[in-house]
Amino acid sequence: MKLDSKIPEGPLSEKWSKHKFNVKLVNPANKRKYDIIVVGTGLAGASAAASFGELGYNVNAFCFQDSPRRAHSIAAQGGINAAKNYQNDGDSVFRLFYDTIKGGDYRSREGNVHRLAEVSVNIIDQCVAQGVPFAREYGGLLDNRSFGGAQVSRTFYARGQTGQQLLLGAYSALSRQVANGKVKMHTREEMLDLVMIDGKARGIITRNLITGKIESHSAHAVVLATGGYGNVFYLSTNAMGSNVTAAWRAHKKGAFMANPCFTQIHPTCIPVSGDHQSKLTLMSESLRNDGRVWVPKTKEDAEKVRNGQLKATDIPEDARDYYLERKYPSFGNLVPRDVASRNAKEVCDEGRGVNKTGLAVYLDFADAIKRDGEDTIKAKYGNLFDMYEQITGENPYKMPMKIYPAVHYTMGGLWVDYNLMTNVPGLYAIGEANFSDHGANRLGASALMQGLADGYFVLPYTIGDYLSQEAYDKVSTDHEAFKTAEAEVKEKINKLLSINGTKTVDEFHKDLGHIMWEYCGMSRNEEGLKKAKAEIQKLKEDFWSNVKVIGSNEELNQSLEKASRVADFIELGELMIDDAQDRSESCGGHFREESQTPEGEAKRKDDEFSYVSAWQYNGPEKPETLNKEDLVFENVKLTQRSYK
Amino acid sequence: MSWFSSAMSSTLGKKVLMALTGLFLVTFLIVHLIGNFQLLANDDGQSFNIYAKFMTTNPVIKTTSYLLYATFIVHIIWAIILTLQNRKSRPVGYAQTASNNSTWSSRNMGILGTIILIFLVIHLRNFWYEMHWGGIPTATYDGSEYKDLFSIVDFSFNNIFYVLLYTISMIGLMFHLYHGFKSAFQTLGLNHPKYNNLIKGLGYGIAIIIPALFAAIPIIMYLN
Amino acid sequence: MKIKLKVWRQKNASDKGNFKTYDLDDISEDMSFLEMFDILNEDLVKKNEDPIHFDHDCREGICGMCSMYINGHPHGPKQTTTCQLHMRSFKDGDTITVEPWRAKSFPVVKDLVVDRSSFDRVMQSGGYVSVNTGGVPDANEIPIPKKIADEAFDAATCIGCGACVAACKNASAMLFVSAKVSQLAMLPQGQVERKSRAENMVAQMDEEGFGACTNTGACSAECPKGISLENIARMNREYLGAKASSDNL
Repeated sequence: MKLDSKIPEGPLSEKWSKHKFNVKLVNPANKRKYDIIVVGTGLAGASAAASFGELGYNVNAFCFQDSPRRAHSIAAQGGINAAKNYQNDGDSVFRLFYDTIKGGDYRSREGNVHRLAEVSVNIIDQCVAQGVPFAREYGGLLDNRSFGGAQVSRTFYARGQTGQQLLLGAYSALSRQVANGKVKMHTREEMLDLVMIDGKARGIITRNLITGKIESHSAHAVVLATGGYGNVFYLSTNAMGSNVTAAWRAHKKGAFMANPCFTQIHPTCIPVSGDHQSKLTLMSESLRNDGRVWVPKTKEDAEKVRNGQLKATDIPEDARDYYLERKYPSFGNLVPRDVASRNAKEVCDEGRGVNKTGLAVYLDFADAIKRDGEDTIKAKYGNLFDMYEQITGENPYKMPMKIYPAVHYTMGGLWVDYNLMTNVPGLYAIGEANFSDHGANRLGASALMQGLADGYFVLPYTIGDYLSQEAYDKVSTDHEAFKTAEAEVKEKINKLLSINGTKTVDEFHKDLGHIMWEYCGMSRNEEGLKKAKAEIQKLKEDFWSNVKVIGSNEELNQSLEKASRVADFIELGELMIDDAQDRSESCGGHFREESQTPEGEAKRKDDEFSYVSAWQYNGPEKPETLNKEDLVFENVKLTQRSYK
Repeated sequence: MSWFSSAMSSTLGKKVLMALTGLFLVTFLIVHLIGNFQLLANDDGQSFNIYAKFMTTNPVIKTTSYLLYATFIVHIIWAIILTLQNRKSRPVGYAQTASNNSTWSSRNMGILGTIILIFLVIHLRNFWYEMHWGGIPTATYDGSEYKDLFSIVDFSFNNIFYVLLYTISMIGLMFHLYHGFKSAFQTLGLNHPKYNNLIKGLGYGIAIIIPALFAAIPIIMYLN
Repeated sequence: MKIKLKVWRQKNASDKGNFKTYDLDDISEDMSFLEMFDILNEDLVKKNEDPIHFDHDCREGICGMCSMYINGHPHGPKQTTTCQLHMRSFKDGDTITVEPWRAKSFPVVKDLVVDRSSFDRVMQSGGYVSVNTGGVPDANEIPIPKKIADEAFDAATCIGCGACVAACKNASAMLFVSAKVSQLAMLPQGQVERKSRAENMVAQMDEEGFGACTNTGACSAECPKGISLENIARMNREYLGAKASSDNL
């Protein structure tokens, strides 16, 4: 199938403004005749729902948490990029565009990314107007910092809690629309299916998580802002509830899933402490500005560290391997996320890991403390050091920190065109739930930017283009399509409840995570992927015959919620493996061992793989079809990344 | 005036009333204490009795005293209203609660207030009621006749139980003021790093010194 | 470590509920408090018993969803969220009592899960600046003194978990409400609606049935983000000033 990305013609910098003029508008008096469903209330969902409400549409917004303010956008620490050039250091829309395209390893669309850079400036204005307390300088103007190795200071931040402050801003705008009656908020309600009528998205089926009631909601358009699927790995920095269910069920109703194998693994997380571990905690990568990464030179020393015979501080300087500084003399400890992550895995695979599980490397601040003094380090990283100590019980001022990479963000997601509409008419995907702007690798401080750009400044324009051509007629939830979808959802739930096997949902989830991390994690190869595919198929079979879910549907039932999510994660996992297998090049977060330079660095193959993989569901147990959208680069020159 | 009644019926408004009446009662305590010092004048109660007559007959004082009665009543009634409302806000209690997150006095203002109220009833019955409507002996100074309240006080303070009641009640007052004084300022919105230490210090000073001096008088009279 | 857990079990909102005791052997001190519950729940499921329901999501101390009342403290003995509490804060052989938040405005849904939608309704009554998307001035148009921005930020760090209500002997929501009132009262962007915001949010807070403030300070002492009592004083000021001078007759 030919995919039409609908990128407007014309010069890059004029595409968006031209497009804004060309899209059809809905008359202000007619907006109230259209209903929009927004699923998810993170940065993208809350900002979109609020903006739709302001424009006059009727909005039904859904979240599975007890309040829209809990969405996991809240956990973002570092900041948000915007091409304001407030620091007069040479930033511009084009530079932000260029950095994002390059950072994404040339696997994203020029048109989308340029638009993102353009609207980035509006986001900051909007948030400040809402009362978001960004960091400021003594003169009262906004402060910026350089983030994730960027050459300019374009990151706006609110201490280490930028995501929280931005989300609370969007939540406040949403709350205002709830009070105005333009948005009806449905909390603790989870989307379990998409309803299609005449080939268009016309509603969703939800489960009320308190009563178990299966409900139908109809609308003229459905927006999925349901976040990423990092929890397919079981352990990730995502929230416990983050899931792919809404997006996956839409995929099964026809929406294409794009680049599912593109996952970002963040190098500076607190390592796993044991089998009980339920989630991983990220620490800002700013730590690598002053910390030095190392492991013992010999396996023997590492072994002694692991069983407690040696402490990190007992190992003399010449017995330490500062492997990033050794291999990448010019970038050193500041190599990009994927490179730092892969190297950590490599040294641990060699048996030189340093915690009980063997999966950790040191991040040492001893030199920085000696050079700048403990007070300076405390001023810069005090809250991170405290957090580390709270979780691990170790004092990082005295002992080097231990870190290990963890799954953090998924660049892949539902395929969308320039209007952020999926290939299903009337179904939109925004924020991390879509695939659009980050290519194969996301730059630091860009996730918040994209979520808010989509919700505040892109979708409110583009959704009108579709709605203006739709009739006002509402579809009754008594329509056959709703009844069929409800029945399917109920059947699936009953199936999960009736299996009554011997293995818990968490055990399946852990097994899935293990397969994914092992074979489809930081580095992937043909053989491993094949093996993973076989294992995952076995796991799926086992799940549907042996999972144990307690209780009934008609109550708050957290194990049922989890079971339904894990079932979808298993299917998604299989698709990720297919995607990783197809893409036998290394690019961004996706490292194929078969595609590397003689020095062992990632090697992109632009001739063969300069496309977006958009996977099409064909029915249960049938292989998915791969549709390719070719990526065209007219404004940037493709280069291989090098950090030597 | 609906804005006023809505303000005063809100939880914040009720608390403001508690704070204002509380602070007014503190000023009363100070005046009362100064008057009580006459008990120690060692003149067989002459100055105290003259003072007592002045306090019950001077028109300005009399008017103020009605305000004072009203203040007491409002402070007490509003405390009861708030307590009942607060109880309703947590219909099911905890099995276990920690005590190290706040001071004991702040959590027990109601109990402390009740102790003070009980004391007040006894105190009023014995002195204030007697002075106004009781048949108390008289004394004559410079040809004028005065009610000899001193003799009643003196008699009471020779009773050890009475002295104990006073002392214990004053301890109750001490804790009540310890929290109440600074709390009133917080309720009125007066919380600023520049003045917080002053308010706190003043509050602690008042909480300790006033009840201590009040209690000292019966103790001294008992020992004499 | 060996731990004895005394946990509140309640099937649903109308059930009476009671404490149940569970013995756990083999608890690692590296575990978070919630991971201990995960392990207990796995065990319960295997024994065909209903797992203990509790709210949690981000597990990094910022979403505000976790809400256990542990040994008499909201979020347990440390000034942090339940998810950031680790078993090394307890001793081998300890008995730990776990209850849901208790307040009329936070009715129990099941076990340790409570309904905090009252907080959302308070926010909807005025916890925002009424600006539509687009058409706002440049972000640097209005300079804000760093100190004001920092203080507003301190108030804005509230995670809406409800520990303040849970800790307060009156189940008062003053700290939560005042944090938002304060944040927006300090910033220039919040000035236009400053008076109506204070009036409306306090009215909604009362309407929801939260108790009055006795200024015990337990809320701030237990707040995982250390929101200051100064905010409560500021809200008192804002409210009284607004009532006395707003156009709202």
